[in-house]
Amino acid sequence: MTRFLKKSYAALIYLFLYAPILILLVFSFNASKSRGVWAGFTLKWYRELFQDRQIMKALYHTIIIAVLSSTIATVIGTAAAIGIHNMKKLKRKIVMNLTYIPVVNPDIVTGLSLMLLFIFTNFRLGFVSLLLAHITFNIPYVILSVLPKLKQLDKNLYEAALDLGASPFYAYRKVILPEIMPGVITGLLLAFTLSIDDFVISFFTTGSGVSTLSIIVYSMARRGINPKINALSTLLFVTVLLLLVIVNLRTSGTTNGQNKKQAINGKY
Amino acid sequence: MKKNWLSYPYLVWMFLFIFLPLLLVLFYSLTTRTEDGLRFTLAHFQRFMEPIYLRVLFRSVKLALFSTVICLILGYPMAMILAGNGFKRKQVMVFLFVVPMWMNFLLRTYAWMTLLEKTGLINTFLSWLGLPPLNLLYTEEAVVLGMVYNFLPFMVLPIYSVLRKIDKSLIEAAEDLGADGFTVFRKVIFPLSLPGVLSGITMVFMPAVTTFVISRLLGGGQFTLIGNLIEQQFLLVGDWNFGSAISMVMMLVILVSIGVMSKYEKENEGSGLF
Repeated sequence: MTRFLKKSYAALIYLFLYAPILILLVFSFNASKSRGVWAGFTLKWYRELFQDRQIMKALYHTIIIAVLSSTIATVIGTAAAIGIHNMKKLKRKIVMNLTYIPVVNPDIVTGLSLMLLFIFTNFRLGFVSLLLAHITFNIPYVILSVLPKLKQLDKNLYEAALDLGASPFYAYRKVILPEIMPGVITGLLLAFTLSIDDFVISFFTTGSGVSTLSIIVYSMARRGINPKINALSTLLFVTVLLLLVIVNLRTSGTTNGQNKKQAINGKY
Repeated sequence: MKKNWLSYPYLVWMFLFIFLPLLLVLFYSLTTRTEDGLRFTLAHFQRFMEPIYLRVLFRSVKLALFSTVICLILGYPMAMILAGNGFKRKQVMVFLFVVPMWMNFLLRTYAWMTLLEKTGLINTFLSWLGLPPLNLLYTEEAVVLGMVYNFLPFMVLPIYSVLRKIDKSLIEAAEDLGADGFTVFRKVIFPLSLPGVLSGITMVFMPAVTTFVISRLLGGGQFTLIGNLIEQQFLLVGDWNFGSAISMVMMLVILVSIGVMSKYEKENEGSGLF
């Protein structure tokens, strides 16, 4: 009896979570523009989506920004994590607390404070400012992914490499880096996903002519419903799902509940 | 072996793009531009104390609290189900629970627009039943619904992770001592899950109180929240000083709520800020 109750409660919650998404997916193939009725299967909206130059340009920007910002953030963040790992306790604590600021701070404040900085310094709002903003909010997540791997690291490995005549740089490249690689890749993927997903910070730090998909969706949705957004959502949902499956398969062996929690914490 | 220098690029970056911008917000919130240059003032904060703005703050906190309570009521049983031993494919269930969270929250909010609008699925269904259409979209309830939908996983996951770690022998001991199911829950399970509940509350309340997207899309701009107010000041009105002052107030609300929460959290495993 209780098992049945539990099952139906869980089913209701999953229905609540998935129904809107599924309806969005289904209606992206609907021939009629109205959401109420099903007027037959069509790929019209997808065709229109790919012919919309504004959306295609935004897609291009979204991907370029995500690739660049996650790569740069991974390089800076991994180096920072190694540095932080070797710091004295007090200094490490201070730096880590600062690292949490963009994670804890509301996105809207991060976004508008960066906007203020760019305008104050006469930096043109556009592609570069958007990229800088994305790198900024990505770095902490890379650090938080790499640090646990560094903590697990056996110190003797590095020393053994030195004893065998490796230079410190060589030892880092050949011993440390391969060991922390899983954390680095997880950080990279996390940063990539967060960058694709971001709206609020992009909204404040971009200039005219440069928009990401999220910004397009917002400006379209503000004007009401548009079937092209349904098609776009479907494609984005499938992409994110694939990325998630990959990340999950990578990390399922290790215990990183902590990381996940922090990742969740920072999403808004 | 010192490798501290490796973190220097990051420290410089952090100073430039995190510390300086926040300093600018503080600077703008405390100054005003007059004919003879900049002047220190608290006028922007004073202006926020006007009833019209306090009402916005009050509404933001109210709607965020509503959503938090609903998330807790809906989420706690779900967390117990996920943490329990009832199902074989628990890993998959948890994964399925996390997936929607990773979908862009704009799209998740937009999805509700298509459901709630006048010609949307719910109203079509109602008219099919012969009932009059309801005004669902652009209401305060729609905003709360959007918040609950977007932030429910943030409540469930922390509670789930705490419940999972509870020592089963404690529950067995309580049962051996004659406690019935409800007493076990009230005296053992719930108190032990409090850290998770508290971090869940923080994680729902924070994004809910700062959002401007959900209120804009599902409230249609009629229900100005503090986030909308900030957005308007910066992007519409162009009053950066007042906008910065509101942002400072918002950060204060966030910091206080995190502070209060982590004070009650026994194990400070969440954020490291306090």
